[in-house]
Amino acid sequence: MSVLKFFTRRSSAPAARERLQLLLAHERAVFGRTDLVAQLKDEILAVIAKHIAIDPEKVRIKTDTRDTLATLEVDIEIRTPNGGLKLAG
Amino acid sequence: MAEVLVVTSGKGGVGKTTSTAALGAALAQTGQSVVVIDFDVGLRNLDLVMGAERRVVYDLINVVQGDANLNQALIKDKRVESLSLLPASQTRDKDALTAEGVERVINELKGKFDWIICDSPAGIERGAYFAMRHADLAVIVTNPEVSSVRDSDRIIGLLDSKTEKAERGETMEKLLLLTRYDPVRAERGDMLKVDDVLEILSIPLLGIIPESPEVLKASNLGSPVTLANPISAPSRAYLDAARRLRGETIEMTVPSEKKRFFGNLFGRRAA
Repeated sequence: MSVLKFFTRRSSAPAARERLQLLLAHERAVFGRTDLVAQLKDEILAVIAKHIAIDPEKVRIKTDTRDTLATLEVDIEIRTPNGGLKLAG
Repeated sequence: MAEVLVVTSGKGGVGKTTSTAALGAALAQTGQSVVVIDFDVGLRNLDLVMGAERRVVYDLINVVQGDANLNQALIKDKRVESLSLLPASQTRDKDALTAEGVERVINELKGKFDWIICDSPAGIERGAYFAMRHADLAVIVTNPEVSSVRDSDRIIGLLDSKTEKAERGETMEKLLLLTRYDPVRAERGDMLKVDDVLEILSIPLLGIIPESPEVLKASNLGSPVTLANPISAPSRAYLDAARRLRGETIEMTVPSEKKRFFGNLFGRRAA
């Protein structure tokens, strides 16, 4: 292992954590264990989809909890052929 | 009043049988009367881990089907008097379990023991369903690893919907037992941390069992780890977990092996 590689080594646990949170939010919705994140995702997407064409595959939802602060991060990729926002309707 | 506890996980190989034996023995070591039941019909192993494989005459299926009574099938542990084993059948398949039969056996055991610990098979089929069906509380055995955490989440969903308690509209108490935990790798960022798993599964923690060669050594010998080597790190973790099950408040730690240089140098024996 080169010295550079040693210093830039990325830990894998955060990736595991993120993948699990995303997957389980979805699976709990499917298997009936109600989950706020999955519900929020659906409702937020529904509102945005009313105005902008979005690809459900290009949506990333991330939650994080630190002590008393919980954050919900919604990343939606909007692709338009000519680069600008294209509003529906 | 007897407590019916299911040890479950969804995923195989995470330590259900090891944990059933260790928690059962640990509770019995505190003076409680305990029976551990193997629900893995066709692939029984609790008898082997407990060192009772040559003493099995009748099994759970025989009792469920009325071919033997409980006293004939129960195997008393030779080390701890208040610990008994009800083995699974090795020759029959899981379809031999019936809802009425299992319920009758559990009810009968309730009159004889303080704790009835059901060792669930892996998966979410018949055997796992019967193991959790009558439980008052569930211990979810999970490794700090993505597939184990995912399967535990699925099992939590089933405990909240497919058990008698859930059907009565009550909440099943679910406790996390994190096994094969390596604090060094977790600190390095290469293993999910305790808090990560707790946050994802959002159930209370019963204990953290450190990864340790003592667990394999104990199963080689056919002894619950808490009996084979009570002062080893995993044993102390299981003994603490057992005391928490009894309602005691004990600080949560990840026990580590004590450095015993001379002990290791001279006292080492092949297990």
